[in-house]
Amino acid sequence: MGIQGLLGRKVGMTTLYNEDGTVDAVTAIETGPCVVTQVRTDTRDGYEAIQIGFLDAKRLNKPAAGHQQRSGGRFRHLQEFKASDLSEFEVGQSIDAAVFEVGETVSVSGKTRGRGFAGGVRRHGFHGGPKTHGQSDRHRAPGSIGAGSSPGRVWKGTRMAGHMGNNKVTTRGLKIVMVDPERNIVMVRGSVPGARNTLVRIERANNNY
Amino acid sequence: MIEARALIDATPRDSIQEFQTGDTVRVNVMIREGDRQRVQAFEGVVLKGRHRKGDTPAPGATFTVRRVSYGVGVERTFLVCSPLLDSLEVTRQGKVRRARAYYLRGLTGRSARIKERR
Repeated sequence: MGIQGLLGRKVGMTTLYNEDGTVDAVTAIETGPCVVTQVRTDTRDGYEAIQIGFLDAKRLNKPAAGHQQRSGGRFRHLQEFKASDLSEFEVGQSIDAAVFEVGETVSVSGKTRGRGFAGGVRRHGFHGGPKTHGQSDRHRAPGSIGAGSSPGRVWKGTRMAGHMGNNKVTTRGLKIVMVDPERNIVMVRGSVPGARNTLVRIERANNNY
Repeated sequence: MIEARALIDATPRDSIQEFQTGDTVRVNVMIREGDRQRVQAFEGVVLKGRHRKGDTPAPGATFTVRRVSYGVGVERTFLVCSPLLDSLEVTRQGKVRRARAYYLRGLTGRSARIKERR
């Protein structure tokens, strides 16, 4: 099916043995079943896309429930994907892991684990100060944050301590090494952003769908 | 909730005998030379790792074998579930009092001997 990608839930990482005895570190992603909740057409919406829902919602407000009514489900996540041929899709249709093939290159987006307010050493890889030679209270200090009276201020964007994580990150160029349509599992070689059981978005590379 | 390790079908071969740290084992490893495949043995003392029949080790579980070859210590780490492991025989059961016998690295000759477990 010509859809750009799907939503999934990160299951976790494990080890996959290949037939020639080599081993891959892989991430398992539960993809779908995703249900088509709306088809966006050029005439009505100004662009073409497939809107899909994933994972059951605990609560929905009335506008959201009304919007999803025709698909027959109640979903926690709604997202849109491009598709090569809209006529292949209709509202209520279920899409599962079988749309992916082994060997495909995909990019996976997720929300990284929140690390709270982190210092420069952790957040930007600063080296910190010397541990010895009479130093006190400078072990993880950021060092200089700029020149003196010219410019007389700190440049915008200077790397400092602050909130780290909980932002969207995309890992590109991941290879699909296993597809299990029965269990709706896709495995990609390498790691994927985010904690276990969080939402990830899988997209085919190079708009190849 | 599904667990990632439960999705992988990785079990050690039946020809892998039970062993534990301190045992002297002979690991028969498949190696590929060009288009030919043959079995090579690596014999030495298990520094860490174990296997019991009926265990389902983690898919990435490993064990390390140490031998002294021409006066040089050589350690090789194998994956317990690897299909490249043809078989493993225990040639001598050793008595060690710890799970990781790293102390053997500093010992040579008579002091590196391990008592036999009976």
